[in-house]
Amino acid sequence: MTIFFAILFMVATLVMVVGLGLKIAQYARTPAPLKIPTTPAPLTKPGVAFRLGREALMFESLFKGNKPLWLFAMIFHLGLAVVLIRHVRYFETSVGPLVALVQPLAQPAGLAMVAGLLLLLARRVVIERIRYITGKSDILMLVLLIAIGASGMAMKCLVHTDIVAVKAFFTGLMGFELRPLPTDPLLAVHLLLVAALMIIFPFSKLLHAPGLFFSPTRNQTDTPREHRHLCDWAAKLEEKRS
Amino acid sequence: MAAPFDTPELGNVEERRIPALKVGAMAESKPYVAAAAHQEPLGFPGVLEEGWEKKAIGHMGELLSKYRSLQVFMDICVKCGACTDKCHYFLGTADPKNMPVARQDLFRSVYRRYFTPMGKIAPNLVGARDLTKDVLDEWYNYFHQCSQCRRCSVFCPYGIDTAEISMAARDIMDSIGQGQKYCNEIIGKVHKIGNNLGLPAPALLDTLEGLEEDMEAETGVAVKLPIDVHGAEVLLVTPSADFFAEPHILGLMGYAKVFHAAGVSWTLSTLASEAGNFGMFIGNYEQMRKISLRIREAALQLGVKRIIFGECGHAWRVAYSFLNTLAGPWDFLDPRYPVPQHILEFTNDLISRKGIKLDKSGNDGMVLTVHDSCNVARGARMGDTPGGQFTIPRAVIQASVPKFVDMHPDTICEKTFCCGGGGGLLTDELIELRVKGSAPRMEALKDVVEREGVTHMAAMCAICKAQFTKILPYFGHDREMVVSVHQLVSNAIILGDND
Repeated sequence: MTIFFAILFMVATLVMVVGLGLKIAQYARTPAPLKIPTTPAPLTKPGVAFRLGREALMFESLFKGNKPLWLFAMIFHLGLAVVLIRHVRYFETSVGPLVALVQPLAQPAGLAMVAGLLLLLARRVVIERIRYITGKSDILMLVLLIAIGASGMAMKCLVHTDIVAVKAFFTGLMGFELRPLPTDPLLAVHLLLVAALMIIFPFSKLLHAPGLFFSPTRNQTDTPREHRHLCDWAAKLEEKRS
Repeated sequence: MAAPFDTPELGNVEERRIPALKVGAMAESKPYVAAAAHQEPLGFPGVLEEGWEKKAIGHMGELLSKYRSLQVFMDICVKCGACTDKCHYFLGTADPKNMPVARQDLFRSVYRRYFTPMGKIAPNLVGARDLTKDVLDEWYNYFHQCSQCRRCSVFCPYGIDTAEISMAARDIMDSIGQGQKYCNEIIGKVHKIGNNLGLPAPALLDTLEGLEEDMEAETGVAVKLPIDVHGAEVLLVTPSADFFAEPHILGLMGYAKVFHAAGVSWTLSTLASEAGNFGMFIGNYEQMRKISLRIREAALQLGVKRIIFGECGHAWRVAYSFLNTLAGPWDFLDPRYPVPQHILEFTNDLISRKGIKLDKSGNDGMVLTVHDSCNVARGARMGDTPGGQFTIPRAVIQASVPKFVDMHPDTICEKTFCCGGGGGLLTDELIELRVKGSAPRMEALKDVVEREGVTHMAAMCAICKAQFTKILPYFGHDREMVVSVHQLVSNAIILGDND
């Protein structure tokens, strides 16, 4: 089992990092030929950074659009953020200050994450419009995240696993050294699902995380009259112009 | 002609009623397909030919590599549904495919099938579809039920703009011979005759002369409508409806009076006798560029120093946001002024420095509200600060009329509703869509009519004006309830008192 998970996590990490890298490179490489910020838009680059910051951290547009959904999304994402920071302790030999800071929040955050996910899932079933636009993959993604959260919470609160050994496994793996992973079915399920999530990340709607920062309606300054915006392929058309 | 239909019942704007889904309610709604005679002059195939599927996918791939917006928007939607109750066509028709995300998914399902690993391996799981004739027909019908107004993009947590997707879909359809008659016929007229209405130069000169006579008879002042005047300071580019239809024409007279009162020399151009640029509606960069270059040519030819645009929504988006890209640089114009300027920026500036005087009693008895045009509100700006596109028109209206009130805050400024006829949909065969799509705006208008005694609604877009003139009677209003912003200026401006 140790060898299986060692290989799985190396593959999953590779797929996620390379896949995301390729996607980000594609977004960065693809030109935006026209100025299309949704106006009113900031006039300066710091203004754009502030707009993107508000979108990424506060979900500003979603707040304008749908308050209950904003709340559910916030509950889930904040919970997830704390849980992710908290998990850093399994990858570092000495625990950093940020990780220590969120340590007491681990349990409420885990609960918030799962509760947020359940609320998001309930919307997809209950609200007619959302049911209409929901595909199988949308449900599966929520179920996957809920299963990851639930298996993690079960280990945290009900059937404790040997986290010292888990930490040894991952810190070892980071130096390409095999250390035994506890043979615990809950842990196996948790890790299997996390690896699956990592592998599908670059091929799924989870791309919304990096994609937001490449969204031309949000990341462009509103300065078309002041500065001429011209992409490479559009510039080529000009060669023919008198 | 379209089959008879019921005008929607208007609810209470405060309740923000969201309709229950009526699957397929607008499945049959579609504009006339372009004939070969409309397609071929634009370089598009005349008709749908054998092998179109492959060609369409090839063109889709090309657009994905040329437009970051399209590539990113295809990938990052999480189907959260924040947009589902934001589109005026959904609110007015209840057809679920008019929910922005569902409209996007018509395109995204094909993208996934041909361009993503998941769509190739497990199409069923991720809702991926082959591009079949049925899918193409669905595209044609529903991508012509989007007015590209960008309201959905305001509320999307990632800024996904359905307009970008409907533009891409229309461009792909043009590239395989499935174009829309209304837009492509009009673009042909711009290239051939110089404007969307197909008004030839002699007829235009005649019209302007007649209007000059009318203005002189009415005011006693010889206000001119100059055209093709070399060496004028300002080139005014305005939608051709301003030469032809009411209330547009009353706005044109307003521009002329402002120029007259300010003592600024100006000219229209027969070459660029159209501000509108339907190249945007069909999502075709080259058409949009070709249409824009006429304006450059006219400015060079006439030796003007400034370019000012008349009241037109999508024209202002193309002018403000794209003209520098498409037809710049403008280094041969006077660098002290932005290129281009909006006529409302020009007039507002004159009002604020008392360069023109207005007498509100010229509009006695009128209570005004304003319809923010979608392309002005969410695709452009006026003035130096974000949101100037909201404050400047209001300042000009308030300076011209005795009473002004705004409609419900969820229906104005960046949250404004489309008039229902934008984006290349202002054609008779789509009248059912246009009436139903205008319902959210009509609901907000009804509210201020009942509460505040509003008598008129000002618009700053040729399409909005034409659309409202047509659909207001369906909701029990007079067609003349919609007015041009510069019509109000025209009624209020004091002429012949210039020193």
